[in-house]
Parts: sequence; C-alpha cells; structure tokens
Amino acid sequence: MKKLMLGNEAVARGLYEAGCHIVSSYPGTPSTEITEFAAKYPEIYSEWAPNEKVATEVAVGASIGGARSFCAMKHVGLNVAADPLFTASYTGVGGGLILAVADDQGMHSSQNEQDSRHYAVAAKVPMVEPADSAECKDYVRFAYELSERFDTPVIFRLSTRVSHSQSIVEECGREELPLKDYQKDPKKYVMMPGNAKLRHVVVEERTKALTEFAETCPINRVEWGSREVGVITSGIAYQYAREAFGDRASYLKLGLVNPLPEKLILDFAAQVKTVYVIEELDDVIETHCKKLGVVCSGKEHFSPIGEYFQSAVQQKLLGKVNDFTAFDEPVPVRPPVMCPGCPHRGLFYTLGKLKVMVSGDIGCYTLGATPPLNAMDTTVCMGASISGLHGFNKARHQEGNSVAVIGDSTFMHSGMTGLANITYNQGCSTVIVVDNSITGMTGHQQNPTTGRTLSGAVVPKIEIEAVCRALGVKRVRVEDPNDLKGMEAAIREELAVSEPSVIVSRRPCALLKEVKHEKPFLIDREKCRGCKACLKIGCPAISMSDKKASIDNTLCVGCGLCKELCSFGAILTSEEAGK
Amino acid sequence: MGDVKSIMIVGVGGQGTLLASRVMGNVLMRQGYDVKLSEVHGMAQRGGSVVTYVKYGDHVYSPVIEKGEADLIVSFELCEAARYLPYLKKGGKIVVNDQKIPPMPVITGAAEYPEDIVERIRRLGVEVVCADALSLAEQAGSPKAVNIVLIGVLSQMTDIPLDAWEAALEQSVPPKFLELNRRAFRLGREIAVK
Repeated sequence: MKKLMLGNEAVARGLYEAGCHIVSSYPGTPSTEITEFAAKYPEIYSEWAPNEKVATEVAVGASIGGARSFCAMKHVGLNVAADPLFTASYTGVGGGLILAVADDQGMHSSQNEQDSRHYAVAAKVPMVEPADSAECKDYVRFAYELSERFDTPVIFRLSTRVSHSQSIVEECGREELPLKDYQKDPKKYVMMPGNAKLRHVVVEERTKALTEFAETCPINRVEWGSREVGVITSGIAYQYAREAFGDRASYLKLGLVNPLPEKLILDFAAQVKTVYVIEELDDVIETHCKKLGVVCSGKEHFSPIGEYFQSAVQQKLLGKVNDFTAFDEPVPVRPPVMCPGCPHRGLFYTLGKLKVMVSGDIGCYTLGATPPLNAMDTTVCMGASISGLHGFNKARHQEGNSVAVIGDSTFMHSGMTGLANITYNQGCSTVIVVDNSITGMTGHQQNPTTGRTLSGAVVPKIEIEAVCRALGVKRVRVEDPNDLKGMEAAIREELAVSEPSVIVSRRPCALLKEVKHEKPFLIDREKCRGCKACLKIGCPAISMSDKKASIDNTLCVGCGLCKELCSFGAILTSEEAGK
Repeated sequence: MGDVKSIMIVGVGGQGTLLASRVMGNVLMRQGYDVKLSEVHGMAQRGGSVVTYVKYGDHVYSPVIEKGEADLIVSFELCEAARYLPYLKKGGKIVVNDQKIPPMPVITGAAEYPEDIVERIRRLGVEVVCADALSLAEQAGSPKAVNIVLIGVLSQMTDIPLDAWEAALEQSVPPKFLELNRRAFRLGREIAVK
C-alpha cells in the first residue's frame, strides 16, 4: 500500500520490514519520531534510554545478543554516543546494528550544526544517506545486510529535510528473523589491548573491502542527462541539485557516503565536462574527489553554513534568481516563545527579577534566555548547566548569586554526574531542576522521572529529590514556579547557604493532556492603568490594545501568573468577571 | 519542473498548520500525484512563525518552496501573510485568515504590528482572499477549527472533487470531532472565491 510518510516514519517502517527486534534511543529533534513510530510495531521492543550513550550501548548489547538492533539520535547525540561507537567499530556485530543520526542543517532546533559524516570516517564504519522517505525505508534493509555482511555497525545519516519531509512510500511485509546464536567470543567482544590490537587490523581490512564494495554498491547510482555538467552529491542536496539542473546535468548520487568509491567517481568525472560537488555543511566528498585528482569545485561556490535549497544551486551555478514581491515594510520577527501556561515562565521571571547568573541547559526552558525574560547566561550542551556552574563558581566564587537550571529529562540524561561533582568537590552551588513531568521540547517523550515508558506502561518513577539526596545534597526542596513569592523566597534562602542545594521547580507542562486548563482570564479595562507589569512575563496571550492590557481568549489557559503581577486588580478570572 | 504545483501553509506554532498540510497531502496522493510535504518540528513550533510546504506533480524533487515559487499561500495569521509574501510566484494567490496574533517583539513594544496588511498586499498587485476563519470556526463550534475552515477555503481553489476532501477529513480528525470539523470545512468552502 502507498502511504505518505515522514522520513522518520519510513525509517521505522524499514525497521519493521527488515526484522529489527530492539530499538533504544534518546529523543532529539529531528530524529525523535523514528523511535515513536517504531514503538507502534509490537514486533519491535522499543524504549527511551536516559541518554544516547546508554541507548547505543543497549543496541550494541542487543546486537551482540543476536538481534537486529537500532538506536536513533540527533547529531549532538552522537557526541554523547561516540564512546561506544568507536569501540563497537572494533567488536563488530552479532545481529545487524544501525545507529541513525539526524543532522540539523540550518539549526532549526539545535545548538550547533555539525556534520556527522566525520564520525563515520573517524570511527571507520560505513554510513548510508537517504534522500527521501522511500529511500529511508529501503536503506534500512540495505544497512542491516551491509552490517551483517561486513561485521560492522552502520551509521544511517538523516537531515532535518529528510526526517521531517513526507513523501510516498510503498509498504511491504515484515521479514521475521530468528535471533542469531550467541557464542562467547572474548577475542571479538572484550576490547582490552591484546584483543583490540588484533581487531584494529580487522577494521582496516574491512575498510578496504568496503571501499571495493562501494564501487558497485547498488545505492550509489549514476543518472545520465547532459554531460556538460556532472554533479556528485548525496542526501537532500541531491534533491536540490536535481530540481535546479533537471536534465541539464548528469548526477552521481551516492547512497553510501562512507567509504566513498574511487573508480566510480573517476569514471563519472571523466565522462562529463564540468564537475560540481554539491553537499551541505563540510566538504567531505569534495576533499575525497580532489584527493583522487578529480578537477571539481564545490565549496568555492557554496557555504559550509546552513541549508542550500534549489535556489543556492540556481544562483551560484546557473545565475538564476526568482522574481518576487516583498511586503512594503519589515515584518516583526516571530521567535519561538514559551507556551501560554508554561511552568517555566514563572521561574524565569523570578530569576530575572533576582538578577542572578543563570547557567542554562537544553530544553524548552532555554527560551528563558529570550526577551522579555532574558534570564539565562549560558547554554552549551546537555548537562553543562550544573557542571559549568561548578566551574564558574570555583573560578569566581559567585555561589550566592548564581544558579543552574536543568530539565527533568536533561537531569537524567547527564545532570546527575555534574551534581555528584559538586558534592564530591565541596562546591556549594544552587541547582534548580525544572520538572515539568515530560521531555517537552522534542514533543512529549517519557523519561525515567515520569512514571511511564515509551509504550505507555506505568512504572515506578525515579524521584528527582531522592536522586539528589543520594548524590550527597542535603538541602533539597520542591517549589511551585507559579507561586512567585514562594519561589523567590526559596531561591534567596538557598543562595544564602554555604552548601550545595537543589530546588525542584515542579509543575507539569501545560500541553499535557492531564493538565486541566481554566477558562481564559479577562482584563477589567476600568481598573487597568496600562502599566505593562503583566507584559514582563512574556506571555503570548497578553498584549496592549488601546493603551490597556488585553488577553487573547483563544490563547489564555488561565494559569493566573499575570494576575499575581497586577497591582490594580485589573486581571479577573472568568468567575470574577461573571462569565 | 513546470508541472509541479507549490502550496505554502504558514501561521503561528499551535494553530494547526501541520494537520492542514497533512490533509492536503493525503488528498493529493489519492488523486495520483507525487507529493512532498516539508514540516517544522521542535523549537520553532513553540509559538514561532511556522511554515509547511506542499508540492505535487508528476515528480517532485526538493521538498522545499523558496521565494517566487509558491502558486498559493494559505496564511493562518495576518502578519505571517506579509512575512511570506516574497515566496509567492508572480500571479499567485494568498488566502489570509483575518486574525492578529501579536509576536513577542510587538508585545514587548520593540516593534509595531503592521497596519492594513490585506489592503497593502492587494496594492502590490497580489490577489488576496480574506476570511474571518476564527468567527467561522466559533460558529462551527470551536475556535480550534480555524485550520479546518481554511482547508475548506483552500478546497475551492483546486480542481479536486469535494468527496475526496471529505474522505481525507474523515481520516484525519477524531470521530467525536468529525461533525464539528465538517461544519467548519463547509463554512470555509462557502466563502466566495473570485
């Protein structure tokens, strides 16, 4: 049956059809939906792990145990999972092993824009890269066969535009595969120096064999058009090139992007007049081509920054610019904001008021950095809020005027070790764990603190307070971020003490189904003085209209935070307003 | 690539643009077209400016629509129509929901919300169909049905038969909201389209 599918859904369909048994992942845009869709197939055991390193190790273990296994992550997740990846390259696999990594060219939802292809080169493992949803599905089966034939993990490279575009996929049935036999084989699986030295030799031989295989690999294909121009490309960049050039060029579309073929590229280049290499981010293919002596160009036309689209190809290589009409004045930007009723809003309002240094982290709450809240100083990577604050305070002794803010899921991901470092090394920083009972930014995934698994099973919650106490923090308290006065007092108290402390700022995400919304609040225009105090929380439901505050009744969820800020009693509940 | 049609659905995160593009994509696939949709997830979805692309034809390569390429833009919000106007092809049309959602810089006073957007776009020689989708959605039974009202308006602008739209709608919304959404769709469809 034909179905319109997200690239991510198609990867999950591929997993189902190729007989995958085990999926373990940590959510991260743009990779998250792969695991969510995989969880819909009862034939596949799927789970959320606390972080990408754990997830990858689960998949490696399942592979050694004989199952076709899988782990998905975003590009920065592969940094976390790099440790198991590099050594799994040495151990090889039992059942086929795929690690999917979704790059985020253009940084739609990421803190950096790294090119994951370097990992495949560095870890000496093959990497495949699909260009649409149909290829997403088909390449999964191909990658498993490659993995088992060459005894290697395979990296499956996606990008935002492949993961989050929908195109047509033909569904097929599942191939049921029995588990492969497990046999104890320490020379292959116990990577201590004596064994690893021998495995490194195997890895180098494997790379040679894979390079040979790349020459005739079925997912590397040539599409002949005009021989005036030859384009060497892969993934989403192929679609942009194809749309811009049409039949006015020939294409070498590489599905296997590591290792890259040699003869295939030389033969293709010899049959066309001008060779362009079109690849987003870094010049991985171009460098390879130039090393082979191919006269070609790529990055001299194209930027290593952001996405290209067809227009970049049209403009840079064809000199064509589309005609268009612009509006006659600049339109105000519309950056993402915390949702109406968001529990993070109250906390960041308070932090801004206290003028403390805020060591931030990765999640919806990173929006606390934006106007009008402006209450975050740093954001580096998952977990860095806590460990970074410790370093900041060891350097500057600013414990009385600084906090770390980290989400529940991020705390489980890599916040706990940072907290252990604070107590162990006699720091006295204050850490605020913003517990909204879900992994929010990636679209509501469960985690060990929520009491539910990916499949929805109810399980015991790991209690954040208990974890913090076990890690040696004696001062652990729970506060409601919407109680502005209570939260402010709590932060002041914890900043004043000279020992480590944790405040769990607890209130569920306003978008959770179980969170009941109140009726929209109203403004009493007689009482409103137009002082704009209620605008300081940056709620998208409140704006000024004719010099008085106004609440949008389609957006307001009645959280009541604005009411706490009004000194004139001008903000009314629907009950008070008699509605 | 002359045969590929490009439709953009733009709005504010949370308005239901994704559902609208998915209904559209399914209708087009069932009509036998090759279809690609491109969506935005993650951080940009949180009340930010969101855009989804719908492209269809014999064969679609790039899932992305760029400046000067869209045959039709459906904007769920007024200033988003102004923002994405450059994406319209010469001779293309815009459907605009007559609803203002002030972006944060306007709320904080750092910027002004543009006035008379529809008139000003018309003065630039662009055909604009303006709909008060919010009132129609409320009339249908829920302000959340704005997206379905706009799908109704959009349905008038393609040559795809009504029953194909209705079938796609039935598959895309939960059964208990089907009647409400049918009403919203019809109210949108009834808006006079020149």
